[in-house]
Amino acid sequence: MSTVLDDRFTLAPVHIDGEPERVRRIREQAAERFNVLGWPTTRSEDWKYTSLASLTSIDWKIDQRQPEGNDPASPFGDQPVAELMFVNGTLHANRSALANEHPGIRVMPIGEAMETESFTQHFSRYADYEKHAMTALNTAMWQDGAYIEIAPGTVVEGFIHLLYVGGGNAEHPIASHHRNLIVAGRGSQITVVESFFGKGTYFTNTVTEIVAGDGAVVDHYKFENESLDAFHIGTVQIHQERASNVTSRTIATGGGLVRNEINAALTGEGASLSMEGLFVLSGKQHVDNHTVIDHVAPHCDSVELFKGILDENARGIFDGRIIVEPDAVKTNSRQTNKNLLLSETAVIDSKPSLEIHNDDVKCNHGSTIGQLDEEALFYLRARGIGAEEARNLLVYAFASEIVERMKVDAVRENAGRALFSRMPKRLPERRSESR
Amino acid sequence: MLEIKDLYAGIDGKEILKGLTLHVGAGEVHAIMGPNGSGKSTLANVLAGRPKYVPTSGSVTYEGKDLLALPAEERAREGVFLAMQYPVEIPGVNNIYFLKAALNAVRKHQGQEELDAMEFLQLAREKMKLVELDEAFMNRSVNEGFSGGEKKRNEIFQMAVLDPKLAILDETDSGLDIDALRIVAEGVNALRSEKHAVLVITHYQRLLKYLVPDFVHVLADGRIVKSGGKELAEELEQKGYEWIEEELVAAR
Repeated sequence: MSTVLDDRFTLAPVHIDGEPERVRRIREQAAERFNVLGWPTTRSEDWKYTSLASLTSIDWKIDQRQPEGNDPASPFGDQPVAELMFVNGTLHANRSALANEHPGIRVMPIGEAMETESFTQHFSRYADYEKHAMTALNTAMWQDGAYIEIAPGTVVEGFIHLLYVGGGNAEHPIASHHRNLIVAGRGSQITVVESFFGKGTYFTNTVTEIVAGDGAVVDHYKFENESLDAFHIGTVQIHQERASNVTSRTIATGGGLVRNEINAALTGEGASLSMEGLFVLSGKQHVDNHTVIDHVAPHCDSVELFKGILDENARGIFDGRIIVEPDAVKTNSRQTNKNLLLSETAVIDSKPSLEIHNDDVKCNHGSTIGQLDEEALFYLRARGIGAEEARNLLVYAFASEIVERMKVDAVRENAGRALFSRMPKRLPERRSESR
Repeated sequence: MLEIKDLYAGIDGKEILKGLTLHVGAGEVHAIMGPNGSGKSTLANVLAGRPKYVPTSGSVTYEGKDLLALPAEERAREGVFLAMQYPVEIPGVNNIYFLKAALNAVRKHQGQEELDAMEFLQLAREKMKLVELDEAFMNRSVNEGFSGGEKKRNEIFQMAVLDPKLAILDETDSGLDIDALRIVAEGVNALRSEKHAVLVITHYQRLLKYLVPDFVHVLADGRIVKSGGKELAEELEQKGYEWIEEELVAAR
């Protein structure tokens, strides 16, 4: 990692123009921390299912040029109220002027927001670089990203889109570190969609901090549709205050090696969280979903549902932890992971866990792993629906529980498309239905 | 229409049909009766192409085609319909979406125009009335949360929409109350014509009061051991299946 690390083990932080002293200091601390922690290894419990050996053996470059090929286009056209597009880690297009005419809405590259009160108050307060090496790496290295601030009481109609395009190749592998901060003020409402895609070999390391103020309603969607040769490590860190309501949905269909960390802390009374994930994998894809929901305050609700669809030699992981702190009485929490294996060789590791430190709570968790229902498959075929279509219908049906709940039409349709693009093309095994 | 010759078939290596021969002509309604374990459901499932039910010898010719060589979906597209004994629940698959996809797959195969959403809804509404199903069922997942009777009526509803040439009813009457039974029978009677044939597989004679068959066959130990007219069903109802078994033993 010649341009990123002085040598393979010593990280020097990046600094950007106009960086305040506080940010400078945080970066230096984060770099120092990374140098102590080193790359995560499977020896640590949090990374036991995912080895980064194939990632760390590549000599990553920082390169902000646009990847070759067509000009990247947004899957949403002009539907988002604002859109920032980043290519290989830096801003490529900014369509936010119209949204910013509203006095309650601020959408801008994060570098331009570093002097704001809100940035100073929140930046790097939630995503923990002390314990997490990849967050430390991101905190030391980020060059660009998005800053979204919604003033108290402001309701944003529609959605804001953040789009990250990566591109590189084996001779020129590119790393990019994005850093985003989303602050939803008291009683505000906002929907933010992050999409990741690209071509070739590249490494995306992204951290998004989300702050939901008192009574704020935040819907966050992450579409991870990176190239099959790409590495993606992402952390979404959610901080919830009193009576805030956050929905987080992660749809992972792409990437060769992917780690999705979604963490939430419910720190104010009566906060509620819905955390959903869907991963649809085939080939040799490896996707590790790692979630932590920390119930800090009383009377909070969290519902977590992750569903995996795995075909061929794909490997999926759901490692979810719910922590109920001593003060978090009257916690109501449910954690579910359901998986559908479409081949004999796909592998899923499911590790739901609860850690409860008081006895006035209602919590449950569970996980299931199953195959396509042969009876249902026959039922559909016996009515004239072809084997392949029947199989796709059942796979889609499995995923639909998550897709259909997406409130924004354009987003739901995009999820459907993403799903169908990864839908297995192979016919199911012909058993003995004909001679 | 359907010509079954000396059919042997089984499941998990166990032989259940042992030389079954049956001829069903267009316009005819045949009832197949028999005690539990005689092979009634195996026959239905072999004809519909359910995996695991493996024919081992003999032949089934349907409209001149080797039926057993076709995968299940091809049989359905050729006009064979099986009303299942245990209709499966399929969460997440919308009833109406499913049935429209099925009908259009059949129509496309038969060289007919596919129906658009409006045309399909019109047809579906008309057929729902026939089986007295509420329209709300259409937007639910296939069979999900349906009662036993609703599932069976949904089978008949699907049959009415798909308009098969050969309908096979696998114990559709079992577990139904008299009203549901009447509805099922009316659904099947509406399908009766010179071009359609129906194979009613049942353990009891009840359904045959409303759905009067042209022929009744008794299946025992994997073969048809007795055939007759509708009066045979009444005789079976009164005397049970034992006398047939006794006759068989005596004949050996």
